[in-house]
Amino acid sequence: MKSGSNLEGLLEKGEFVITGELGPPKGTDVEVVKKKAAMLKGNVDAVNITDNQTAIVRMSSIATSKILIDEGLEPTMQMVARDRNRLAIMSDLFGASALGIKNMLCLSGDHQSFGNHPEAKNVFDIDSIQMIHMVKTMRDEHKVICGDEIEGDFKMFIGAASNPFADPFQYRVHRLAKKIEAGVDFIQTQCIYDMKRFKEFMKQVVDMGLHEKCKILAGITPLKSVGMARYMAANVSGIIIPEEIIDRLKGAGKEKVASEGIKITCEQIQELREIEGLSGIHLMAIEWEHKVQEIVEAAGLLPRSVL
Amino acid sequence: MIIADRKPFEEIKESVKDYNKIMVLGCETCVAICQAGGEKEAEILASELKLAFGNEGKKVEVNDEIVIRQCDDEFMSDTAFLEKVKEADVVLSIACGVGVQHSCNYFNRIITEKPIRVIPGLNTTFMGANIDVGLWEERCLGCGDCVLERTGGICPITRCAKSLLNGPCGGSSNGKCEINKDTDCAWHLIIERLEALGELERIKPVEKYKDWRPSHSGGPRRMVREDLRL
Ligand code: SF4
Ligand code: SF4
Repeated sequence: MKSGSNLEGLLEKGEFVITGELGPPKGTDVEVVKKKAAMLKGNVDAVNITDNQTAIVRMSSIATSKILIDEGLEPTMQMVARDRNRLAIMSDLFGASALGIKNMLCLSGDHQSFGNHPEAKNVFDIDSIQMIHMVKTMRDEHKVICGDEIEGDFKMFIGAASNPFADPFQYRVHRLAKKIEAGVDFIQTQCIYDMKRFKEFMKQVVDMGLHEKCKILAGITPLKSVGMARYMAANVSGIIIPEEIIDRLKGAGKEKVASEGIKITCEQIQELREIEGLSGIHLMAIEWEHKVQEIVEAAGLLPRSVL
Repeated sequence: MIIADRKPFEEIKESVKDYNKIMVLGCETCVAICQAGGEKEAEILASELKLAFGNEGKKVEVNDEIVIRQCDDEFMSDTAFLEKVKEADVVLSIACGVGVQHSCNYFNRIITEKPIRVIPGLNTTFMGANIDVGLWEERCLGCGDCVLERTGGICPITRCAKSLLNGPCGGSSNGKCEINKDTDCAWHLIIERLEALGELERIKPVEKYKDWRPSHSGGPRRMVREDLRL
């Protein structure tokens, strides 16, 4: 085992996994974390802890991950290259490992101009692909990248993101291949609404045999309202929401729009399970953690097994 | 070339308001070409200052001068010119940041009677090219270890908002960068160019960590050319 994490173990066993997501509070309120954690517990196999997502300052992903461990959940700590240079990343990884964090996600990070401190200077000493390579070097060669030996154990299950909907489309699969070459163990995709384009992407993945070299989890975000769908399509980079989904939400009416959103999500999960090369779902129910159990249950994915 | 932009007039006026003899000093090279700090701009700024202070009933002497390059001693060594510098209370340099610092350093080396005050009238913005009439874009950050050979002649360090060496990121959309729709995604351009050249294979291997020592991260840079030194 590369990390001994539950997520790694389940994926190795060939289980169809489901991961969740938790955004830390914009401050020190631990209760917020605990409340969200309680809603996710038992319903997902691991939980991504975002790292100053959309460049908005929040409780650190390391600290939040540790709180999750204490609450009996398994975190996947996200880490962005925007805010840390190679020294800070490696040092934080030692700290994370010492605190019992076993999964991580290597990301470039949204540009700071999106966030609440657009005046900030960014770092980008290394990019997400180099970060993958760095963590793999640390784990497999037991060295930091300058070649110095690491004192003590360092284990980590290395994840990264892939956006099949960004451009240029024909190059996206090659970028995934690069992440695999760098040493990624698992991939979580951007949320999928355009199933046709995603299937095309997965066909390329399977044709190149990439699904045999790393585990791929399909990203899903349930839509709560027509407004949310429109907002995401317009403001979140690389999200395409087909008109027919928007029409379905509209058609459901104000009262039933949320349940229609959940219904769409369950249908998407069923459709995704049929696609060759996928090993699970990454469910990003943004500020909708209380609906996760309902969704996972309706999708027939409960109970979750724990190793 | 170096691109610069004039500071807001109010900021300039505020910065020189305590002096009676002001010399606006233009530079005939980069900043003249991007029409921020050449001879014409020096004249205009001097007249604007005269007018603004005049309207307030303040008696201020404002002159404008021009040199070919403020980043080189030899273009500033004229005795009559140096005499005028000495007489001024302040030199308002509208060269790039290099010119402001170098003219200041030169004047204070040559003129021993009194310290010379030099302040900037421009914001130096970037190293770039003239893309169209009235349009300049950044092209190089002077990273000290050029990668253009591998990236189809398009610089990812400068033109990618995240300086990614293994791009494009997930924010690239319709050829534009996630930061705004006016900015091309550098990696989209790189892929298109390499595809046209039949060299897409070049970016398939993982580009390793960059050594930033030759860049500004290694501290202020210095270049010694022994073959040129006396
Ligand atoms: S790679 Fe470095 S030297 Fe070359 S254009 Fe880009 S910033 Fe300038
Ligand atoms: S969209 Fe393109 S240029 Fe902008 S940060 Fe991403 S890769 Fe770089």
